[in-house]
Parts: sequence; structure tokens; C-alpha cells
Amino acid sequence: MNIAPKSSFVLSRRHLLGIEGLSRADIVGLLDLAEEFVELNRQVEKKRASLRGRTQINLFFEVSTRTQSSFELAGKRLGADVMNMSTSSSSMRKGETLIDTAITLNAMHPDILVVRHHASGAVALLASKLDGCSVINAGDGAHEHPTQALLDALTIRRNKGRIEGLTVAICGDILHSRVARSNIILLNQMGARVRVVAPSTLLPPGAERFGVEVARDMREGLSGVDIVMMLRLQRERMNGSYIPSVSEYFNYWGLDEKKLSYAKADALVMHPGPMNRGVEIDSIVADGAQSLIREQVEMGVAVRMAVLEALSRNLPNA
Amino acid sequence: MMLSDRRPILLANARIVDPSRNIDMPGDLLIAEGMVRDAKRGIGAAGVPEGTDVIDCRGKLVGPGLIDMRAFIGEPGAASRETFASASQAAAAGGVTTIICQPDTSPAIDDPATVDFVLRRARDTAIVHVHPMAAITKGLEGKEMTEIGLLKAAGAVAFTDGDKSVTNAQVMRRALTYAGDFDALIVHHTEDPNLIGDGVMNEGEFAARLGLLGIPRAAETIMLERDIRLVALSGGRYHAASITCAESLDVVRRAKQEGLHVTAAASINHVTLNENDIGAYRTFLKVSPPLRAESDRKGLIEAVAEGLVDVIMSDHNPQDVETKRLPFAEASPGAIGLETMLSAALRLVHNGEITLMALLRAMSTRPAELLGLPGGTLRPGAPADVIVIDPDLPWVLEPAELKSKCKNTPFDEARLTGRVVRTIVGGRTVYEYV
Repeated sequence: MNIAPKSSFVLSRRHLLGIEGLSRADIVGLLDLAEEFVELNRQVEKKRASLRGRTQINLFFEVSTRTQSSFELAGKRLGADVMNMSTSSSSMRKGETLIDTAITLNAMHPDILVVRHHASGAVALLASKLDGCSVINAGDGAHEHPTQALLDALTIRRNKGRIEGLTVAICGDILHSRVARSNIILLNQMGARVRVVAPSTLLPPGAERFGVEVARDMREGLSGVDIVMMLRLQRERMNGSYIPSVSEYFNYWGLDEKKLSYAKADALVMHPGPMNRGVEIDSIVADGAQSLIREQVEMGVAVRMAVLEALSRNLPNA
Repeated sequence: MMLSDRRPILLANARIVDPSRNIDMPGDLLIAEGMVRDAKRGIGAAGVPEGTDVIDCRGKLVGPGLIDMRAFIGEPGAASRETFASASQAAAAGGVTTIICQPDTSPAIDDPATVDFVLRRARDTAIVHVHPMAAITKGLEGKEMTEIGLLKAAGAVAFTDGDKSVTNAQVMRRALTYAGDFDALIVHHTEDPNLIGDGVMNEGEFAARLGLLGIPRAAETIMLERDIRLVALSGGRYHAASITCAESLDVVRRAKQEGLHVTAAASINHVTLNENDIGAYRTFLKVSPPLRAESDRKGLIEAVAEGLVDVIMSDHNPQDVETKRLPFAEASPGAIGLETMLSAALRLVHNGEITLMALLRAMSTRPAELLGLPGGTLRPGAPADVIVIDPDLPWVLEPAELKSKCKNTPFDEARLTGRVVRTIVGGRTVYEYV
């Protein structure tokens, strides 16, 4: 069952380093392509051959379970040979610089490199030193996580029928979140209204100039929104440094039924995972009827297949 | 201990001073059901409700009760130094109708349960209002911020680490930023502990002659300057807990001119005393921050008079004989002040250094505004926290007669002119001078 997708969309660039710079047509093209993969992934025979013969290396300098396995599955379903490299097994532990890693990788002739790194800008730096392969940013520091924003957009579009004109609240640790940055750019590009809601200590200074509305209070921030997007709060930021305690954070910024009631009655809840239940989100809401959290994971594989497919159409000899 | 029930009270033929409305006029003040009903001429002549207690206040002043923004009470953890009961007796005798107690207790007031304890304990034992400030950082350690939102909801009126400075600028920045989300006031003791070092009094010639190590004014101004920069970054509400020197006034003036939410207080000690009063190593005049030169004192009181320094507070700090009857360098700093702050300040009024209006504004109206409390005014409908002052009554301060558990007053044996003769809290007379 190896039929070509109906969409012939080509991402007219070599790398996907961020949402920044993508046109509305690029985003729509990727989402349309992903829709086809959603269907494919729900069939018994999920395999395609568009990446046959291609080598995809997943290079994760920061541990990740869901993003890495999602990319691995996406590559395999498209027929690529997928190799996972993580920091624990790589020579980065032995002090090799990022540039040396690039030189080593060049010698392996990968076609697609999926990279996550803890430092903002590191993926772009690596991409600039690699010949002939496409680089996909799977998250760089607090900068961008483009496939997360795309899968969120796909999830929203499938449930609301559109993105344009919706009001989306992104809540929590905006300061350290690459998910927030990519989503803000994408949602703005698609004509949604974006609001960020967080304590001031978790907002980047100058957030008002990102093209978003800023609220410090959940009641104000969630009022009238269509989508509530919660962010994960890292454990090391919970006790006294950025916020005083888990109980205070949950009390004022954790999404429970009461706070969700400030949003529109048909508002939907999202979370990029992994969730801290009882910290940024109450289990009743996370598992409730308005939650799209499980669907987001499913969309993740489809979106990553779309990105791999669209970029591979650009590869030499394709 | 209630001296009267809640019958209406008419304070008749008084001079009424209400800084909240810039009123200074002869008239009557009617109190009923715990509230100020009216304050104007001729209420008594027009007839008052039956059963009203009519008190002739000829020659006396009626003003809003004092709100003391900085008092250390020993509960929890140091009840031998002061309890809410003893502190509130002292407060009532000094015209203080609201005590703002400090969180540097044991344990520190740094979680909502302790705020709750303080409020309940004060409600059960105190005869004046008591509101706690809570700690800025957990355990007053200067490292991790406290639950500012939940603490404020529990009843903390502001946040301070007591007489400790938060030396870590990042911690202070985040606390100011976070507090801003709750419109919570950060109150900060501005003294760099490293510059204090082993210093015990103002650095200068007098300290040199006494052979005591000094604390430079820069210990204060450096911390204050740093804080102002952090306020500019974070946009929070900030109050310098106790400034002492002329240089700090320039810093505060600049911050206010820049439109920052910055206010400042000076203690009654720093506006009425100077380093020379230490004399022959009098430990009751060892306070923190230290008493400065006469020129600093003059600058401070002028700044209060013009409103640059917003608040005068008692910095009430009871110390046992064992912590004061020691060589100066080894004695604990601190002086009691709840009972004496008004009389001490009336000296300044008599000397023409400040008007009574400006004084009451700094001791009552401004604290109420900064802390969001309903007092500090004689506006009809305001809570009847009211004092009657006899401005010309001469008296001698006998330490044994003070109501505080500790007697470490810098004004012992002082001849004073003017004092509170009646203190009314919530419409009840809680103190009468006889």
C-alpha cells in the first residue's frame, strides 16, 4: 500500500530550524500533508517508502522520550533508516565540541538530522556546519520547537475547523519555553489572537512586544479563550527561585475546573507533555472531556512525517 | 480590658486634625457603632443620640489613631520580651491603634499557618489592631521567596525580612517582580551586612573617640541604590524600612522623581536622637541601623515634613536587661517605642520642626495608604480608631510605668510635653490617661 500522498507540497528550504520565517502557505502545506498521514497512521499498513534509502539520525543532547520516539516512528514509517544518538552514548560526554560532532556526522552522510540541544541557537550552529543534509530542530534551549507548534496547530485545526480568529491562551513558564515561542509565532502567522498568562517571574521581559496580550492572572487571561495551552514547569524552578512553591503555583496558575470555567464553554485544553499533575494542571482537567492532550501525541507522529516528507522532496537526487 | 462599652462617644470642643483630608479645625467628633459618624462644628449643640458619652476635649487634639509600621513582638518564640497583650497595652497608652508586627520571630512568619496563628493570637489577647508583615524569604534566609500570594490572602499586609537585608540581588529582583503580581508591598531593611561588619554605631569621629567600630552611611545607601535599580527593573512596590542619613534622602528623592513606586520610613529614634546621645556608652541608644549625626537627623525630619519620607515608625524592639546591660559593642541593638513615639515626636512639633498635621500623616495616614488599611482617617464611615492628644501636658517618663515587658527606652527619665490622653479602637476606649 505504497501510494503517494495527494499533496505534493514541498518545503522550499533545506532545514526546519524554527517556525520563524515560515509563510502561512508553508504552515498550511505542512498541516494538509500531515492530515494525510493521520489517516495513514490509523490503518493497519502504516508504512510508506518515500524515505527509503535515506538515513535519519536523531541526535538528542537533551533527554526526551516522546519527541525522540515520535521522530523515530515517523522516520521508520516513511521507510528511512533511523539511528538514535543521545548524549549518554555520544562523545559529547567526552568533551567533543559541537563543531567536531558536525564533522564526524558529515562523514556518515546522513540525509536528515533531527537535533535537540539544551542551548538556544545550537541547532542552527550545527546546521551551518553540515553538508548536504537537512536538519530538523527538535527543540533548542528556550528558542524554538517547531514540530511541537505544528502538531498543536494541527490538533487545533482538526477540533475547531480553523485557527484564524481563535483566541489562544498559553499559560505557565513562558520564560523558559521553546514551545511557547514557536506557538506564538505560528499562531500569529495564522491569524489567531495569542495571550500569555504567567507570573511575572516566568515572563520574558518585553513579552508585550511579542505580538501577544499579557496577563498575570488566570481569570483575566482565560476569559473568552478558545484554547488553553498549559506549559510544563520544570522541577528546579518550583521552590522559591521563580515561584515560591508548588501549592502557591497551583493555587494561582494551575489549571483546574474553576479556572477553566473562565474560558469559553467549548474551550479545549492542551499540554505539550510531560505533565506535572497537580502543579500546572489538575488531573480532572487533564483527563476531562475538554482535553486534547492525548490527541496531541497522535498528531505529533503525523506532523513529523509531514516535515520529513516535505523536506526530503528537496534532498539531492530526490 | 475595655474601659467602656460601645455607647456612642462625642469628642466635643476639640481641635480636629485629619491629614487624610487636610483638615485642621475646631469641632466635635461623633463615634457610633465602631465608626466615625461625623466630624464638624456643632454636632454636640445639634443633639446627639441618647446614651452618648460626651467627653469635653477643650484644649485637646483629636486625630486618627497611629499605625506603627514596624514593631517587633515576641510572639511566637520570644514571649518573655513582649506579647501581643503587653505590646498592645503599650500601644494603646501611646496612641497606636494598629501595630504592624515584624516576621523575624521564632519560627519566622513565613507561611500562611503562622500568619493565621498571629492573627488569632492577637485577636484573643490584644486591645489594638495587629497585622503581621510576612517574610520575603523562607526562614529569613535570603534565598527562596515565600508564598507571597497565599500569605497576603491569609492576612499579611506587607513583606519584609525584618532587620535583615536580602543580599542576593537576583532573589530580591524576583521577589519584587513576583510581589508586583499581587500588588504586595516589599519592605526592606537597607544595610549591607558586609559593610556593617563588626560596626556598632555610626562611623565617624564620635565612634573613633569612644573606641567603637563604625558603620558607614554607605552601608545603607549602597543597598538602597541597588534596591531602587531593582525596582526599576521589576516595577514592584517598595518601601525602605528605616533610612537614617541625608544621602539616602537623595536616593529616595530621585526614585520618586522617576515615578517608581518607592516610599521610605524613618524611626522615631532617628528623627529625635543623634549619635551624641549615646554619651557614655548608653546601650539603650544602640539601635539598628545606628543613630547618625545631628545633620542627618535634621535632614530626616525636614524630609518627613515635606513628605519625602513617608512614614515615622517606632521600630519597637524590646530587649531584656541581660541583652542590654553589657558593654556597648556586645549589647543587642533595639529600643522600645510604641508607648513613647508620639510624645517624643511632639517635641519636634513644639520646636517647630514639623507640624502636627505632617506628623500624623507620617504616623497614621501614610501607613494606612501603603498597607491598604482602612484607618488613618477621620472620614465619616472610617473605623473609629481615634486618639485624643493633650499637646501641652508635661510629664516625666518613668520606665517602671511603661507597659512593655522590657524597659529599654532611650527616653528614660525624659521630661516630655504632650501625650495621648484617650485611645479609642473600633469605637471602644481602650486607654485613658488619668
